Amino acid sequence: MDFPTNLKYTKDHEWVCMEGDTGMVGITEYAQGELGDVVFVVLPTIGKTVKKGESFGTVEAVKAVSDLYAPVSGEVVAVNTDLESKPELVNKEPYGGGWMIKLKLSDSGELANLLDEKSYRELIGK
Amino acid sequence: MHFIPNTDDDRKEMLRSIGVSSFEELLKDIPETIRLRDGISIPKGISEYEVLRELQEFASRNVAAGETVSFMGAGAYDHFIPAAVGAIISRSEFSTAYTPYQAEVSQGTLQAIYEYQTMICNLTGMDVANASMYDAGSALAEASLLAAGHTARKQIVVSGKIHPSYLDVIRTYCEGQDIEVVQTPATAGVANLERLRAALSDRTAAVIVQNPNFYGCIENSAEIGKLAHAVEALFIVAVDPISLGLLRPPSECGADVVVGEGQVFGNPQSFGGPYLGIFAVKEPLLRRIPGRISGVTVDAEGKRGFVLTVQTREQHIRREKATSNICTNQGLNMLAATVYLSLLGKQGLQEVARLCVQKSHYLSTAIAATPRYRIAFPQPFFKEFAIETSVPAQEVVSKLSSKGILSGVALDSLGDKKNLLLVAVTEKRTKAEMDAFVSALRGVV
Repeated sequence: MDFPTNLKYTKDHEWVCMEGDTGMVGITEYAQGELGDVVFVVLPTIGKTVKKGESFGTVEAVKAVSDLYAPVSGEVVAVNTDLESKPELVNKEPYGGGWMIKLKLSDSGELANLLDEKSYRELIGK
Repeated sequence: MHFIPNTDDDRKEMLRSIGVSSFEELLKDIPETIRLRDGISIPKGISEYEVLRELQEFASRNVAAGETVSFMGAGAYDHFIPAAVGAIISRSEFSTAYTPYQAEVSQGTLQAIYEYQTMICNLTGMDVANASMYDAGSALAEASLLAAGHTARKQIVVSGKIHPSYLDVIRTYCEGQDIEVVQTPATAGVANLERLRAALSDRTAAVIVQNPNFYGCIENSAEIGKLAHAVEALFIVAVDPISLGLLRPPSECGADVVVGEGQVFGNPQSFGGPYLGIFAVKEPLLRRIPGRISGVTVDAEGKRGFVLTVQTREQHIRREKATSNICTNQGLNMLAATVYLSLLGKQGLQEVARLCVQKSHYLSTAIAATPRYRIAFPQPFFKEFAIETSVPAQEVVSKLSSKGILSGVALDSLGDKKNLLLVAVTEKRTKAEMDAFVSALRGVV
């Protein structure tokens, strides 16, 4: 299973990819596999602020709905509108086309508390 | 599980846990005036036949619509129910079927729901219908919650005169979520558009109109829809389903949500229920709608089958984040409506609607020609209209009921003026019945 080394991970299986002070957020390959086919994603409106650990949306598979938790605090500056018509991108390209939101970080110090690729692999035993 | 009745000690224990000292304390919300005080007075130890005679005597004090000439409406109507409806819904495969969670053993139920949903979409012009809610009132309340959730706004504006009971139910549901319910007035029997416009803002989640409204008058749905959308609120329309045989479908007036009282399709008035809450939306709202949806799919062998679908909206999956906590539908009432519509078909429904219009207008014209009664609201109407009586409407009702005529609903029983009588005319009423009604009215004063 693929867990890019340049990403940071959370215990709830989200990933963050930093570009300057903006972080792109999605869910890991492991998470999409556990969920099954994603049929719908509910994302926040641009401008909404979220705190680290707060739910910013939901991902819906055929038999379950899961909350998506913000890995870091910040303001939502972009959402992936492709997911409206192609929710399957979350399964097919969890780190690429299946990205979910972009956050402008309010506290980059929070990044230090996230897991690196090795620790995340240890966590899920892969 | 024990099939042993509770003992007196069990009962004492339960009452103590609840925190009351007697069973009667739990009944305190039932008004004194209608509370049964000394039990039912049937002597002990009499034979089955004697009990039956006692009960028949009690029952004879009530009157069923079929035994009278009924002009009563106000939300539930005396439409004709073909015999095939009862014959089909009383089949034990339907009447004892459980909720269709296990698709493999519920194909009949699920297919019936699917057919019903399809017919509702055809009639209303909407994209998706659910398997039904309890009744129009709770359907309207759920539509309000849907709008609040969808728009993230906290105000519902009710335009003009909707059924007072529907308004009560809406308020009950909205109170729990701190959603404000505002009512804008009717003028001359229909929604006042200027007052509506003034009440709308970017806080409004939805505008609700009932069409025909509670007084039976036809509302300017299209205009109200435009006003709602101008502030980006949803437009919710509550319809008389029979009127859809003749009036423009609400989808053409910009409705985002359509609800209605399906009692009129093959269900009796039943002293207030069970009824049938019709609920349909445009596709973008699909994931917000409450209740069950039946969908068609193929099984592992490629054969057509039916299943409950989009269940991720519901509470057994989404729990406290579910759109609603309803996890049922009015299965048998829905089936009755489906059989009724299948029997009548498009043409039949148009005919029923046309007869309602023609007969109600014949009667209103005849009443308007009498000296002591006036048509209260000079508006186009479908099958129901209010008349102003020169004596209290309740008096007209009781005088005529002794002649076997249920003359209508005295509106002071629903919080309105005491000289207003709401008269409904369905396709069942004959010219002779209507002429006798007018004579009887003349005889009151």
